[in-house]
This record gives sequence, C-alpha cells and structure tokens, in this order.
Amino acid sequence: MSDSLLQIDNVTVSFQGFKALDSVSFSLAPGSMRTIIGPNGAGKSTLMDTIIGRVRPVSGRILYKGSDITRLPEYEVVRRGICRKFQTPGILPTLTVEENIIVAAKRHRAWFKALRTHITAAECDRVEEILDLIVLREKRRMLAAHLAHGAKQWLEIGMVVASDAELLLLDEPAAGMTHQEREKTANLIKRLIGRCAFVVIDHDMDFVEQLNAPVSVLHMGRILCEGTIDEVRSNSQVKSVYLGRSLEAEADYAQA
Amino acid sequence: MARLERIAYPAALVLLLLAPVYLGAYNLALLGRFLAMGILAMGIALVWGHAGILPLGQGLFFGLGAYGIAMHLKLVALAPGEIPDFMQWNGLDALPWLWVPFKSGVIALVGALVVPSALAVALGWLLFRRRVGGVYFAIITQAMVLAATTFIISQQPYTGGFNGLTDFSSAFGFSLIDQRTQVGLYVVTVLLLALLFFTARWLLSTQFGKLLRAIRDGENRVRFLGYDPAPYKVAIFAVGALMAAIAGLLFTLNIGVISPAMIGVVPSIEMVVWVAVGGRESLSGAVLGTLLVNFGKDKVSSSFPDLWLYLIGAMFVLVVTVLPEGLAGIARLLTSEPREESRKTLVVPVILPADEPAKNSKSRSA
Ligand SMILES: Nc1ncnc2c1ncn2[C@@H]1O[C@H](COP(=O)(O)OP(=O)(O)O)[C@@H](O)[C@H]1O
Ligand SMILES: [Mg+2]
Repeated sequence: MSDSLLQIDNVTVSFQGFKALDSVSFSLAPGSMRTIIGPNGAGKSTLMDTIIGRVRPVSGRILYKGSDITRLPEYEVVRRGICRKFQTPGILPTLTVEENIIVAAKRHRAWFKALRTHITAAECDRVEEILDLIVLREKRRMLAAHLAHGAKQWLEIGMVVASDAELLLLDEPAAGMTHQEREKTANLIKRLIGRCAFVVIDHDMDFVEQLNAPVSVLHMGRILCEGTIDEVRSNSQVKSVYLGRSLEAEADYAQA
Repeated sequence: MARLERIAYPAALVLLLLAPVYLGAYNLALLGRFLAMGILAMGIALVWGHAGILPLGQGLFFGLGAYGIAMHLKLVALAPGEIPDFMQWNGLDALPWLWVPFKSGVIALVGALVVPSALAVALGWLLFRRRVGGVYFAIITQAMVLAATTFIISQQPYTGGFNGLTDFSSAFGFSLIDQRTQVGLYVVTVLLLALLFFTARWLLSTQFGKLLRAIRDGENRVRFLGYDPAPYKVAIFAVGALMAAIAGLLFTLNIGVISPAMIGVVPSIEMVVWVAVGGRESLSGAVLGTLLVNFGKDKVSSSFPDLWLYLIGAMFVLVVTVLPEGLAGIARLLTSEPREESRKTLVVPVILPADEPAKNSKSRSA
C-alpha cells in the first residue's frame, strides 16, 4: 500500500485514559474519497484532529505520501498538503469573504513575505475561481462574521479548496443546514471529486449516501465496518448502534 | 471617513507643527512629551488592538530607550576623566565597563533602539513559540518590568538607583536648556510621530496586517491554514517595543530625567489605559487618548495629587464597561460609520479558537 496518499496505521488516542480512538487503520488513494459516519462522540472529529496534528496519538502513526507526519506541528502538516474544515465554521470573522480566501490560498506563509499590500495574480485568479465555486460572488466584500450559517460553511469549504491541498478533511460540512442547503453542499463536494482526495465525516447516513463513496462506520473509537452505503446500512451491528441510539433518544423524549 | 481623513491628518500635522508659535514654553514641553508617549501608544494599539496581545510591560522597552540615551547624556555632561556624581557617592572610582560604549552618541542611539527591540524578539520568540499568550503573556511582561525596576533601584552605583539619571547639559552638541533646542526637539517628535503613524497604517493595510487580525480572532484557524502565528506575533511585538524605545528616547531628551518610577508597573498599566481610552484599534485614537489622559493628569495632579490614581482607575472601568472602542468609537458614532467588526471583550485578549473549545494544550501531551 505504498502508493496510498494517506495511511493511518493502528492509531490510538487517549484522553486521560479514555480511548477516543482505538487502533484505527485505513488508507486512502490519491484523488479518492472516504466517508466516515458514526453517532456523536464516536471519535470522528478526534480522527481529523489526529491527522492534522492537533491531537497526538499514544500509539500508531500517520503517513502522508509515504512520510511520517504523526508529530509535525499543525501548520507543517497543512503545508504538506492536507487542509481541514472544522465542524463549527472556522472562518476569520473580521476579514471579508475574499480576504478569507486570499489568506487561505496557497502561498508563501512567512511573515516577511506578507509585507505587501497587493495580491499576486495567482491569488487573484484563485479568489475568482472559488467565489464562483461557492457562489458567494455578490458577498465578496462582506465581513465573514455577517454571513448566514450555511454561507459560512461554504466559505470554509472554499477556503480549504483554495489551499490547493491534495487531501481535504471535511468535518460535518452540512452540520446545522437546512435540507436544501445540505443538498447544495453535497453537490459542491461532488463537483470537487477528482480534484483532490477527501475524507468526509457526518453522523447522518442520508447526507453521506449522496456522496456515493466507500463508507466506514466509527463507533466508540473503533471502525465497526466498511463498505458501500447499502452494505453498511444492512449490517446488523451498525443497525443496533444507530437503532439503539434512536431508541435511547425516544426514551429521553418520552421522559421529558 | 476617508475624505475626512484626507483633511484631518494634514490639518492636525500643521496644527502640531505650528504649536511653538501659539504655545508657551511650559505647555510646548508638555505637548512634546505627550506626543512622544503617543508613539508608544500607537505601538500598543498595534500589539494589543490589532494582534490581540496585551502588553503590560511596555515601560521596560520605554525604559531601555530612555536609559540608553540618558547614560550618554550623563557622560557628555562630565569633564574629562570624571565619573558621574552618583558613582562617586557610591564609592566607584572608574567608569563601569557597561557605561564605556555610551560615550559615543551613535552607539547610545543605536543601542537605545536595538537593545529593546532585540529583547522583545527574544522574549516573544521564547513565549509565542511555546504558545504562551493571553493573560499569561501579559503577566510575564508585567513581571519583567517589575524585575527591571527592582534591579535598577538595587544597583545604585551603576544605575543611579531610585533617583535615576538627571543633570544633563547638552545632547549631540545642542544645549538642552536652550529654548531653540527644545523647539527643535519638539518638531523632530512631531515628524517622527507622523512618519511612524503612516508607517503603522501601511503595515496594517498589508497582508501582514490582515494576518495579525486573523490571528487575533482565530489563532488556531490560521494555524490550520498553514501559517505559524508565532513569527507574526514576535514581529509585531518587536515593532511595539521599538516604538516604546523611540518614545523613551524622546521623552528623556524632553524632560531631562529618567528614573525607575517613570517606567515601572504603574506607568506600564497607565500606558495601556491611554490606548483603551483612545480606542485600541485606532492609531489616531491612541495618540488622542494619550494627550487627553496626560493633560488631564497634569491638571488634576497639580491640584489634587491623591485623586489621580482613582480617576485613572475610574476611567479604565468606564472604558471597559460602556465604551470598548474608546474615543474612536465615539468618533465613529458621530460620523455614523457602521461598525465594521464584531466586538470582543476589551481587557483580556483571550484568543478564541476557531473551532470547538481548544483541545490544544492538554491533548498535545496525550
Ligand atoms: N480534548 C478532549 N479531552 C477529553 N475528551 C475528549 C476530547 N476531545 C474529545 N473527547 C471525547 O472523545 C470522544 C470523541 O469525540 P469526537 O471525536 O469529538 O466525537 P465525534 O464523533 O462526535 O466527532 C467524545 O466522548 C469526547 O467527549
Ligand atoms: Mg465531531
């Protein structure tokens, strides 16, 4: 499997003894997509935190293009070509929409290179392209803080795309969206397929189904099963995890 | 607003440059001194207002600039072979080695600017790279200034101790008692203030300036876009230190004395209050706040010396609670320019993570 873009090797993450990830392994080929579903608290965000260098695993390692990135600082992991969208929108509130994209665009990121008022032609092209992609052209001079929630999510997707990363990690990109907005988000992601590789997380099977990619189910820090969405849906363990939770939820509801 | 600025700034510059014509010697000296402090205040506006780093120890850099030039002035006032009076009283009979280079005016000038900047780079590098920020950083800068004043007071034979350094006669060939020298110094101060004002404005308009605000509002997010925020923070902290040092240098030339009481913990906090009053994100606000508070202090403390500390405390509370944008906020209301930025709490510049509650520090070691 040396031709894989990303390889996760037996990664275990422990928070004061609580195993948020327990011997997780998978790999991803260049340009491909993997979706990960699992109920809240399954460890999905922690998995992304670990890949991007925000959380350090107690054991196991992460290879990107064959080299070990397990202990690199976050910004170094990003410079190697991995960019992440956060679960709650991680935009820069006091910059405008286009400034957000410019800052995110691939460029020399040292402070002395930033001592310029102009933006380069490449940055300019990138901004125009992304504005079209996320359909926020009319809002380009608006402060990002003033965008609606859905638009913030799209802006952040635009930002990670602008980074020119070869691997994008999208953490619940459709969280908090209306049904229509979710569909729009799924279409946006589908348009990017082939351009780079993806790991997309969600707790909702219906959203993941639209992406039509291999699915891994994460539960209590372990990968429960892998396969197509239909295979996963008919898996009895998965059923009990999801069904169990919905029964619990119903019970809570009844009590309230 | 932009059109207003195009008229207001040249007008202010002309008004300031003409002050020697319409102000008496006493008030001119005060204005010059406060404008020098305005340079320091602009530095705080950059560091605190735009980069979100609360510096509670600017007196340290101010003091290094001030002492650097004061040591030179002290030496020029001596007859050949003499050593400063306080050294004689403390039983020294030769000039300590640390003082020797300050015989040269050029070395003193360069040292007064380079040493504080270099110290800021070292301190910033040490702390920002280790991701020390927010309140912890503020407290460390405060501790540094306390240590510096304690050191100066305890090393009387070498530093002049509590009384500081004074009794200067001339600087770079100009007599300091001559009123023409004071006017010249005043004009230099105004021009430097203007130069640094426009330089700072340019800096804020660059990509670097945008990154500073991005780091202030979402340090983690910026890191996850591939930037290392530490060098950005070090750079702006050093700029703030350099501006404080320039202020210290001009201040000492203006007032003719520097002592630990002028650079200690309380003055360092007052400096932040000037900027809070003026509006911490506004460069012109920082200068205006400095002028307003200091002229106020001059008037109040000459008639009611005890009242001042209460007053400045009250002012700070007022600004924190009802006027987080200071004078600049009032000005913006008057010119009815829409607020551009979502307001954050004023005092403690906790950098909000771009994401869910920061997992950083603890989980990194997990
Ligand atoms: N920094 C942390 N410290 C302690 N526990 C954490 C931390 N981050 C996440 N957890 C726990 O790890 C588990 C997985 O969390 P997370 O990865 O956010 O789940 P999700 O699948 O909903 O994204 C949860 O039980 C959560 O409480
Ligand atoms: Mg999550």
